[in-house]
Amino acid sequence: MEMNSPVGANVLDTPGIVGKPIDRVDGPLKVTGGARYAYEVQENNVLYGFVVEASIGKGRIKSIETRAAEKAPGVALVLTHRNAPAQGTGNHREAHPVLTGPQVTGYGQPVAFVVANSFEEARAAAYLVNVKYDRSNGKYALRANLNEARVPKPSDAPAADSAVGDFAIAFASAPVQLDVTYTTPLQSHAMMEPHATLAMWDGDKLMLHTANQMLNQGQQVIATTLKIPVENVRLISPFIGGGFGGKLWVNADAILAAIASRQLKRPVKIALTRQQIFHVTTHRSDTIQRVRLGTDREGHILAIGHDVFSGNLPSEQTYEGAALQTRTLYAGPNRLTRHRLAPLDIPVASSMRAPGESVGLMALECAMDEIAEKLNLDPIELRVLNEPSEDPEKHIPYSSRHLIPCMQEGARRFGWDKRNPKPGQVRDGRWLVGIGMAAATRGNPLLLSKANVRLGPDGTCTVRMAMTDIGTGTYTILAQIAAEMLGLPTERIQVELGDTSFPQAAGSGGSWGAGSSGSALFEACNALREKLARTAGMDPATARFANGSIASGDQSRKLTDLVGVGMDADGEIRPGRNNKDFSQQSYGAHFAEVGVDEDTGEVRVRRMLGVFTAGRVLNAKTARSQAIGGMVFGVGAALHEEMTLDPRFGYFVNHDLAEYHVPVHADIPDIDAVFLAELDDQSNPLKSKGIGELGICGAGASIANAIYNACGARIRDYPVTLAKLLSRLPVRA
Amino acid sequence: MKAFTYQRADSTAQAAAAAVKPGAKIIAGGTNLLDLMKLQVETPSNLVDINRLPLDKIEETPDGGLRIGTLVRNSDLAADPHVRQRYGVLSRALLAGASAQLRNKATTSGNLLQRTRCYYFYDVTKPCNKRSPGSGCAALAGFNRIHAVLGTSEHCIATHPSDMAVAMQALDAKVETVNRQGETKAIPIAEFYRLPGNTPEIETSLKPGEIITAVTLPPPPPGVQLYRKVRDRASYAFALVSVAAIVDSNRGRIRSARLAFGGLAPKPWRSAQAEQRLANAPSTTTTFNSTAAAVLEGARGFGGNDFKMPLTRRTLHSVLAEMTRT
Ligand SMILES: Cc1cc2nc3c(=O)[nH]c(=O)nc-3n(C[C@H](O)[C@H](O)[C@H](O)COP(=O)(O)OP(=O)(O)OC[C@H]3O[C@@H](n4cnc5c(N)ncnc54)[C@H](O)[C@@H]3O)c2cc1C
Ligand code: SF4
Repeated sequence: MEMNSPVGANVLDTPGIVGKPIDRVDGPLKVTGGARYAYEVQENNVLYGFVVEASIGKGRIKSIETRAAEKAPGVALVLTHRNAPAQGTGNHREAHPVLTGPQVTGYGQPVAFVVANSFEEARAAAYLVNVKYDRSNGKYALRANLNEARVPKPSDAPAADSAVGDFAIAFASAPVQLDVTYTTPLQSHAMMEPHATLAMWDGDKLMLHTANQMLNQGQQVIATTLKIPVENVRLISPFIGGGFGGKLWVNADAILAAIASRQLKRPVKIALTRQQIFHVTTHRSDTIQRVRLGTDREGHILAIGHDVFSGNLPSEQTYEGAALQTRTLYAGPNRLTRHRLAPLDIPVASSMRAPGESVGLMALECAMDEIAEKLNLDPIELRVLNEPSEDPEKHIPYSSRHLIPCMQEGARRFGWDKRNPKPGQVRDGRWLVGIGMAAATRGNPLLLSKANVRLGPDGTCTVRMAMTDIGTGTYTILAQIAAEMLGLPTERIQVELGDTSFPQAAGSGGSWGAGSSGSALFEACNALREKLARTAGMDPATARFANGSIASGDQSRKLTDLVGVGMDADGEIRPGRNNKDFSQQSYGAHFAEVGVDEDTGEVRVRRMLGVFTAGRVLNAKTARSQAIGGMVFGVGAALHEEMTLDPRFGYFVNHDLAEYHVPVHADIPDIDAVFLAELDDQSNPLKSKGIGELGICGAGASIANAIYNACGARIRDYPVTLAKLLSRLPVRA
Repeated sequence: MKAFTYQRADSTAQAAAAAVKPGAKIIAGGTNLLDLMKLQVETPSNLVDINRLPLDKIEETPDGGLRIGTLVRNSDLAADPHVRQRYGVLSRALLAGASAQLRNKATTSGNLLQRTRCYYFYDVTKPCNKRSPGSGCAALAGFNRIHAVLGTSEHCIATHPSDMAVAMQALDAKVETVNRQGETKAIPIAEFYRLPGNTPEIETSLKPGEIITAVTLPPPPPGVQLYRKVRDRASYAFALVSVAAIVDSNRGRIRSARLAFGGLAPKPWRSAQAEQRLANAPSTTTTFNSTAAAVLEGARGFGGNDFKMPLTRRTLHSVLAEMTRT
């Protein structure tokens, strides 16, 4: 099915298991250790690999001494650029060649790969590899290299610039103006499971158990890199311990293991260490964002401008699209957004959960708060005033948009009316208390996805696709869809994911996972329903599926009597005209209450609420968990997360989880997420929209706005740490 | 991690005899040592495991104090009724440290001897005088947000990261040790830690092979006790600044006070001058200001940690105001 028209009424519109807050079907496997992650797969005769990272940011390997490592106990192979095979090339989304030569283009780049009988032997030997470098002067810090920034030209992302009307003139003549610059830091995905791979060859055929969010794409990248036919590569990844974009693309673990395994003719296993992940894999670029808003005296936006700088390797076009949501969130006749990319010699920057909007809304939604204050307007009223009737840049309708109800319902539940717009007025002991809000929005992409569903003679239904579940609940919602479509209990549904020998699927990323894979399954189930109905001699249009039977009129047949040795069907979803003719976005509103210690400047979140609309909610529990998880990400982005670059070495100084802080339980006291009812019949057959990233979008801004409301300090340089607040707090002397 | 041999000590004497040999290292809870070994910051050739030694008791001493066996786990120490009733500052400090899992494993001696969290110390590819004497100090002109402002030298500006030791510093604890000859010592905690000077690799007055067997606490001084830890997140973060305070005051007048600080110096920092300012002083802003000035006398920031001066001032202010509120 191609999404070219509204989907109309369908089976899911009647109450059923879809949407119910059922527990994760894979939950018991996970809590008992039955779910096996890539590194846990047991294989006979396996060898272990350990990466040696470049300890300079830019330069050349002058010499690399491997003899001591090769002679160390248990060592089978030391791979370097001298004995690694030639590989295919491309940007980081197309290929991931390793050990290609003596050039070092980024800190932590693998310069050797030591393979031994045990992990411990490999690690010990890795420290014996002695590398000498000729260092060159790299460009590391974004701020220091803005003058070299250029217009990025990615082939697979929106254009860097957009303009409507005449921003410059409109802004200059606007009665009320705001011109502010926000900065966001370098961030690391910090997912729980490290990047890990077990590689093995059977003749020309490669099989990888690997932690990867998008298996079909990964398969292609690996084939390109290793210069082998794509059908000779099989990726298996049934369980992934979080990705957040860090496992969207193929990383060095997979290629190193594959190359070593081929040379040694033995399975090779590798997991990056926590410290290595920070440099060997991708990160989110820092950004410098200038937001300009010009309004009339009532608060109508006349001019909206958003200029963004981010950084990446000179060979990359991927930019942090922080201004992309500014193109669609609010009305206004004169608009300008621009992204510039500075070439930097640091590890490759790429997608991290809600790439672009996560950090973009931390600027835009604070700027909205700032101009609301200038206008003496309630921040919600300002947003209501600027509600667009159509997408203000593409001039197409929204498929569905309920931002205003989200803000209003959130305000009601949170007690927004108790907010004192004047900062610094509320206290609780030592704590200055404030509340803030921000809008949330995130695009709803749809990707090609296929599925196969098979009903066996024992009444078990098997769903197969090369989809992944990165901890989000994909197994569960797919089981619910199949159960409802075929009138079976979820216990009868066996969902099998994470294998490229299954039908091609969208994978998990960009909030497209549930909509794309779920729709493919929906289509497959429809096809199976039709086959079953025809076999039963019933009209597919009127047949009802319930309790393991198909019924029409007063006739009823058990499904197991119809399937013979088993009956299966395929389904497929493709993006179509709807994805061009409609602006498809999920929406929400965040509310946060924080305390700021008036003496120490410590900020602690006291409560948080997100109210969202994202089309049909497929499972109320996993959806809420996704939203809350996103909001926790927002807390981290506002208050904690920052990789600190040391420009002398071109590296991230705090590359471990003791010093790269993400929120801990104690940082998240009272948090809730609510979804308002909505159906979007332009989005996909499920009428759902993406929710995986929506929770982050704007969450950090609501916290920063609450901090301002608490203490009157507007910190535009994230994360908002106590060191930045101290000088802005009441004098103590 | 380098290959090493492992031996389990059956007696303190045996442990001391083994520990005196070059390359030997005691392992207690292992929560710090193993992390450092994995990164080859520590490269012992022999590990001497003391976990089976009978050094895990908490006993009252004849003088009304407490003797804490070296292997008492941080969780157990924090939960001990004597500690909770009479040494609240210690219990609070322990519970402000690390995570529940780490505290279950971490020992008294291991906590005292845990090493700095300086990022450059943790990365063997970076210059660090403490890890590799003479290689330089990357933190001096680098990223030094968590580093010391007091007691530093041009060779090292790292802090001692312990919370527990800060409380013990305020409580005038003594560190009991034994060596291979069976000689015992009771080292006042004020003399236990050394400032970096030009030998930042030497952190304590322990001699090779000298093993910690216990920490003793004298009876607590009069007054209320408080531990305030200022940090970047609500839990599971090291102190940017912490204060262990014991203040005896009555109706706006302070009789005596003890103050120890974490996060500021290469060792838990005690300031006699500051305590003098508080002795027999009115609990007023002026007193607090002059106390803070005394604490920070000679303090020096290195860029990233300059904020620790105002933070110390403000935190101390807050603590003293809270403790003397009538
Ligand atoms: C992520 C993280 C966060 C943390 N946060 C905090 C925090 O906020 N506050 C805090 O205070 N601490 C914190 N810690 C540190 C923790 O308190 C220490 O790791 C722990 O106390 C060390 O105790 P241990 O018994 O495991 O020591 P070990 O690792 O076993 O030993 C540490 C050192 O002491 C030596 N040693 C041990 N016992 C003896 C003995 N009897 N005689 C002579 N030498 C001995 C060892 O040789 C070694 O050099 C944190 C640790 C981690 C990993
Ligand atoms: S501060 Fe001390 S521990 Fe840190 S790099 Fe300098 S010498 Fe090493």
